[in-house]
Amino acid sequence: MSIWEYANPKKFIETAGRILPVLLPLAMGFLLIGLVWGFFFTPEDYKQGATVKIMFLHVPAAMMAINAWGMMLVASLIWIIRRHHVSALAARAAAPVGLTFTLIALVTGALWGQPMWGTWWEWDPRLTSFLILLLFYLGYIALWQAVENPDTAADLTGLLCVVGSVFALLSRYAVKFWNQGLHQDSTILKVGEKDPLDPAYYWPLIFCLIGIVLLFLALVLIGTVTEIRLRRLAVIEARERQEA
Amino acid sequence: MPELGKYAFAVLASYGAGLALLGAVVALVVWRFRRAKAALIAAEARLAARAAQGHHGQANGGRA
Repeated sequence: MSIWEYANPKKFIETAGRILPVLLPLAMGFLLIGLVWGFFFTPEDYKQGATVKIMFLHVPAAMMAINAWGMMLVASLIWIIRRHHVSALAARAAAPVGLTFTLIALVTGALWGQPMWGTWWEWDPRLTSFLILLLFYLGYIALWQAVENPDTAADLTGLLCVVGSVFALLSRYAVKFWNQGLHQDSTILKVGEKDPLDPAYYWPLIFCLIGIVLLFLALVLIGTVTEIRLRRLAVIEARERQEA
Repeated sequence: MPELGKYAFAVLASYGAGLALLGAVVALVVWRFRRAKAALIAAEARLAARAAQGHHGQANGGRA
């Protein structure tokens, strides 16, 4: 069986219909357990006090904001190279979800930054690259809606996605590249190093990360099925207009 | 409820805003899914009805 079988819209819808009843409750379960665990049953941090609880929303949202763009890049490249419509529609379906995760990361980051840094916003490399990523998401969604021909829209948004990937990468590695500004580097994989993530926060964060990844996959599957149906609907309506 | 002290606003506002945005995107995706499904079913029913009408017309020598 080849992965390209799923480029067939009918096959894709059938497969999504089988996966979603498992994926959606699993995503909600992981996210709920992680958030309840993180909010109610983790101690205060010795430096950041209770604000450390914001991490369980902020970090997964920020991670998926970047990874969603990565997924859109892969799907866009598949469209550009192999012309599979389903992959272009999957990229389109992922954009509003990625935009929401970017917004969550920025809003929770501002609310976390105010008591810790004394400011809601700073033109720090990571914060600024995230703001640019948000603008790219908005531009990507707007471009899909602005171009009438769906194949042309997929081509143009695909190119925009490739360009925006530079900022998605910058968002991830800005702290390492410039090593300046207020935002700290990731500590989740720094076990054994200086100032790592305290084990008390590790597992609830892992649950939240798994939950948000599964939720993203579920929402993209649902969104892609929607886009396939809307494409078919547009074809039928165009035929009706011709016959009228 | 955990003791949040002087950071209660930051933590509760973060959870409030984050969960509201998550809820909004889930609701939007599900609403579009249902609306597209209903619209496509209606359109395909119209298509099938017209096709049946066309067959019926042919069977009657184009007089129907």
